Amino acid sequence: MTGTLERRAAMAKLVAGRDDDLLVVPGLGSTTYDLAAAGDNDRNFYLWGAMGGAAMIGLGLALAQPHKRVAVITGDGEMLMGMGALATIGIQQPQNLAVIVFDNGMYGETGGQPSHTADGGIDMVSVARSCRFPTCLEVSDEAGLADLAGRLKTLEALLFARVAIMPDEPPRVLPEKEGAVLKRRFRAALGLTP
Amino acid sequence: MNASPPAWPDQLFDTLKRGNIRQVGYVPDAGHSRLIARCKADPDIRDIALTTEEEGIALAAGAWLGGERAALLMQSSGVGNCINMLSLMRSCSFPLVTFITMRGEWEEFNPWQVPMGSIVEPVMKLCDAEVYRAMKPEDVPQLAERAVQKAFGEERVVAVLLSQQLIGKKVWVK
Repeated sequence: MTGTLERRAAMAKLVAGRDDDLLVVPGLGSTTYDLAAAGDNDRNFYLWGAMGGAAMIGLGLALAQPHKRVAVITGDGEMLMGMGALATIGIQQPQNLAVIVFDNGMYGETGGQPSHTADGGIDMVSVARSCRFPTCLEVSDEAGLADLAGRLKTLEALLFARVAIMPDEPPRVLPEKEGAVLKRRFRAALGLTP
Repeated sequence: MNASPPAWPDQLFDTLKRGNIRQVGYVPDAGHSRLIARCKADPDIRDIALTTEEEGIALAAGAWLGGERAALLMQSSGVGNCINMLSLMRSCSFPLVTFITMRGEWEEFNPWQVPMGSIVEPVMKLCDAEVYRAMKPEDVPQLAERAVQKAFGEERVVAVLLSQQLIGKKVWVK
């Protein structure tokens, strides 16, 4: 089912008014651009590669920082590549992790080829439910988005959400690319020695 | 075969503890079974069973972002699963220490272990990892200690290969 939510507006809504306890890991490509467009923040760890790794980076971070809230916000293609991570995370059950998939059913970065979620294909919400995510949300309208944004402000249990975005490709907003810089500023924001 | 269990898995565990490793990712492996059991039993170590070894690379990156040290336990065949994810470590200078039990070299019964086992060392080096190889049980503690120091001191990937000669051959027909 093709979504109707605009991806930039959706990302902006999810991180609007964020506090210092929300740490965000976007996937490579469009979700990194979306997050950068919503406003740069030292507590964003942008990915420019490592496809399939976003959710597991989120898990390692959530386990290391149990008193912060971690949101992985990635695309359907990136999540499909690392789908085993949902099983690994489901076994670990971190209380402070949200895995959010912006699903447009296509690989935007490479020319819009259909992904496995396209046209009534693989249902990521069902996958997450099978992987024991206690809360699994299908977000397809503004009300659902507002609900998800509200949950990110407290996040008391492991959460999965599929956000049905429209297959548009807004102009790219490119954040810092130097990985060591992104790492150091992220750690410094947490009070760790860079 | 020796009647008493080998000491090196417990020595590796002691090294992880001294190095303040808090997250240990692994895909179940016979050679690492003792070490995995020790990690699971320790309340200060989070043991994380993985579906594929590359998950452990990304896990370690996330752990370091959050201020914790992680290790990855795997078999030689797992190295091939990690290659692209290791680019994350190089791009960002993330630290990781990994202990790799080798197959495909010493009295290997299964020839399908040879193609990956035989290229582990060059592959890890190409991925910018520092590689140490333990040939004998008594090599393990010192190499492991040095690996932990180097990985977290220099923020890089360090692999310790535990040779099949050291681990002993897999018994296929009991």
